[in-house]
Amino acid sequence: MRDSGRQGLYNARVEVMINGQKQVIPNSATVSQLIELRGLVGRACAVEVNKELVPKAEHSHRALAPGDHIELVTLVGGG
Amino acid sequence: MAHSAIESKHLETTVSPADETLVIGDRRFTSRLIVGTGKYADNKTMQQALDASGADVVTVAVRRDRLMNEHGESLLDSLDVKRYTILPNTAGCFTAHDAVRVARLGRELLHQLKNPGANWVKLEVLGDKKTLLPDPAGTLDAVKELVADGFEVLAYSSDDPIAALRLKEAGATSVMPAGSPIGSGQGVMNPANIALCLELLKDGDLSYPVIVDAGVGTASDVTIAMELGADGVLLNTGIAHARNPVRMARAMRQACQAGRDAYLSGRIPKRKYATASSPWEGVISYIPGE
Repeated sequence: MRDSGRQGLYNARVEVMINGQKQVIPNSATVSQLIELRGLVGRACAVEVNKELVPKAEHSHRALAPGDHIELVTLVGGG
Repeated sequence: MAHSAIESKHLETTVSPADETLVIGDRRFTSRLIVGTGKYADNKTMQQALDASGADVVTVAVRRDRLMNEHGESLLDSLDVKRYTILPNTAGCFTAHDAVRVARLGRELLHQLKNPGANWVKLEVLGDKKTLLPDPAGTLDAVKELVADGFEVLAYSSDDPIAALRLKEAGATSVMPAGSPIGSGQGVMNPANIALCLELLKDGDLSYPVIVDAGVGTASDVTIAMELGADGVLLNTGIAHARNPVRMARAMRQACQAGRDAYLSGRIPKRKYATASSPWEGVISYIPGE
């Protein structure tokens, strides 16, 4: 029972908004883990959580919370 | 002595190296043309056009992580971030608050790329989607906030001389009055206003950089802006949507140089009547009225 409880906790998933769309991600996932999940490792990618920039140095220890609004952005062609 | 007098006279009419350098804040560039990276049919054409334009600085936009274009290409796979200084824009922002957010995201991205363009931004705070004309109040608010946050701000402005002056007073590193609406191809619609912008922005501060941004449709538009005394021209659509973007990029480069040379050389005054280039003396023909 204890094991399955722990497993349940580990598997808990939370709903967040990523680039304007509802997404379910693992509970307490960090920004770094999210970047990994999205296949963006090694890519230039800037992150904003609830309209505040999260610098790259903080990606590995910034945990995401239910309901967070996350923007993952990069550079595209523009004038 | 006679020889050195001739030599110094010659030097006066020669463009000095300083005249050939575009200085924006602490940065110096050989080319006075800044070009965008948007709207190209494919990245290869963009690469060739950027090369032909001779630009040292290229603009980019910050967008959600749709990394590929319709051809499955990513801009950063094709843009040589070691060759070009990247100037991120805040295109698509209609409030100062959003422009500040986008500027910070752009700075973060350029830091990750180790590009010297981090810390500067092409600020656009737009008034409406149809004209894409700048919102003067929102732009001013954003300049103040970004300057306080350590940015060097190149502020897209209307060609209203006082609006432009207020942006400079708020700390903008460069003010960039619009020739005409973004992507409209209408060229420099109000040269008198651009001339007044230049006069006010450079009053007692001749080296303050003023860049005509937006509306360029063809090479002569660039030349007109440069002949007025602009320090540079920023354009995108005029090249990207030309039938032959690479050739148009070359034309824009030459037009920019031609306009700068003409400005430094000093144009002749306009006169109502003709002044003959060939001497009257020794004419063998009948001259009416004589």
